[in-house]
Amino acid sequence: MDPVVKVENVNKSFGDNHVLRNFSLELEPGENLVILGKSGSGKSVLIKCIINLMPADTGKIIVLDQSIQDMDQEELDILRAKVGFLFQSNALYDSMTVRENLEFPLRRHWSKEERERGSEMAVLEALEDVGLAHTIDMMPAELSGGMRKRIALARTLILKPTIILYDEPTTGLDPVTAREISNLMIEVQKKYNASSIIISHDMNCINITSNRVIMLIEGRCYANDTFNNLKKSTDPKIREFFA
Amino acid sequence: MKYFIGLNNEFLTEVGEIYQFTRRFFREFFKPKQEFDEFLHQCFWVGYKTLPLVGLTAFIMGLVLTIQSRPTLVEFGAQSMLPAMVSVSLVREISPVITALICAGKIGSGMGAELGSMRVTEQIDAMEVSGTNPFKYLIVTRVVATTVMLPLLSNLSNAIAIYGGYLGVNIRGHVSWHLYWTQVFDALSYGDLIPSLIKTFFFGFAIGIIGCYKGYNSKKGTEGVGRSATSAVVVASLLVFVIDLIAVQITDLLGFT
Ligand SMILES: Nc1ncnc2c1ncn2[C@@H]1O[C@H](COP(=O)(O)OP(=O)(O)OP(=O)(O)O)[C@@H](O)[C@H]1O
Ligand SMILES: [Mg+2]
Repeated sequence: MDPVVKVENVNKSFGDNHVLRNFSLELEPGENLVILGKSGSGKSVLIKCIINLMPADTGKIIVLDQSIQDMDQEELDILRAKVGFLFQSNALYDSMTVRENLEFPLRRHWSKEERERGSEMAVLEALEDVGLAHTIDMMPAELSGGMRKRIALARTLILKPTIILYDEPTTGLDPVTAREISNLMIEVQKKYNASSIIISHDMNCINITSNRVIMLIEGRCYANDTFNNLKKSTDPKIREFFA
Repeated sequence: MKYFIGLNNEFLTEVGEIYQFTRRFFREFFKPKQEFDEFLHQCFWVGYKTLPLVGLTAFIMGLVLTIQSRPTLVEFGAQSMLPAMVSVSLVREISPVITALICAGKIGSGMGAELGSMRVTEQIDAMEVSGTNPFKYLIVTRVVATTVMLPLLSNLSNAIAIYGGYLGVNIRGHVSWHLYWTQVFDALSYGDLIPSLIKTFFFGFAIGIIGCYKGYNSKKGTEGVGRSATSAVVVASLLVFVIDLIAVQITDLLGFT
């Protein structure tokens, strides 16, 4: 089968700051691909390029067999419905309740009748997936960090995406909650049969979730292997991460 | 000198960016699928946040202006002109400008901070990813809301300020309710009201655009949010005076004086 995401020779710079240099990756269907790299190495920039939140300077990005750079807004919106994005800072809408947060992506992709009939169900289902159905009428400010992360995950799942991009899903959480979230990601992936790209520094999370790990160092793909093989590696640059 | 040029350059860049932002506003405004619910919501918020403050300041302005003007008019034996004089200066200048300044303070900073924190916490990106055009949903609704609400608020402020004037007149003298309003309406003409109404549309537009521009382009970090909020207030208030200056020239040229 063709890869669901294909990034070819992408370059991205901000002024003199060359963040991505000829970076390439492929995400196979059903795979959990982890991207590992130092803070500021351009991991967030990379996945933002994948859904065209930031345009890449040069190179090709192909998602579900469509070139993301040649799309008009309409096509892009339709494609983005199939790609879930969990933001590093959760990006929950502060001024809306949990319910409204989850309903927001439906505004664009469901018709009015569909929403009247099905949105309540969809919201509840997504919330039950993350085990937080009781928070439906709360505001994001009333939730703890871990709960917010899970609500953000529920919002990502509401359109039943086939590709999920996770930007540091466990950073800033205690080890127990972090493990819960990692397990949740695996469950979700099985349930929706999704492929995902996961950005993480959390070795436990990587261990639980990853099928394959790519190391992003100085804008290039430095290593590409399974977690266990990388752990055994003697290369000092790789060892740094496992110290 | 180099510093001065640098500063100037920054200023001109910002002017250019605001111009681009305004052009984008008009482009997005005419695109289909209007966010009507969100627009009403924003109108409500603009009114809700500023009404008490606008009302109170208007009342005090009317009262104080009347009390302060009385001695001068008494000197010329023209105290019967008091209602007329006060209402004309309120409607023409004081009440629209004060209302606009209050809105620049409350709404401008509110929008700067709100949109700024939405930018910093990636909420604006999240909107874009979920297929809602954030410019249309957040910016267009807010700018249109301030543009529509400011004239309404300003009119309300006119009414309250003139009522304050009534109390002011009656502290020292006695003018009946009926006589007071007759004098006020005799003094006021459409030539006073309409230019001031048109002016407030522009005030509202400027406050909306500046607040949104500052917030939408907020820099990373919480410091960036604070800076967006304060500079939104400063620039919007300054613009209110600039527009006021231009408006007075135009009304003068058109012979509304
Ligand atoms: N909008 C932007 N404008 C300018 N520079 C940016 C922008 N976004 C990111 N950068 C720069 O790109 C580089 C990579 O940033 P990025 O956010 O991708 O890091 P990261 O790998 O996700 O780090 P972290 O693990 O801390 O989240 C940084 O040097 C940053 O300064
Ligand atoms: Mg990041």
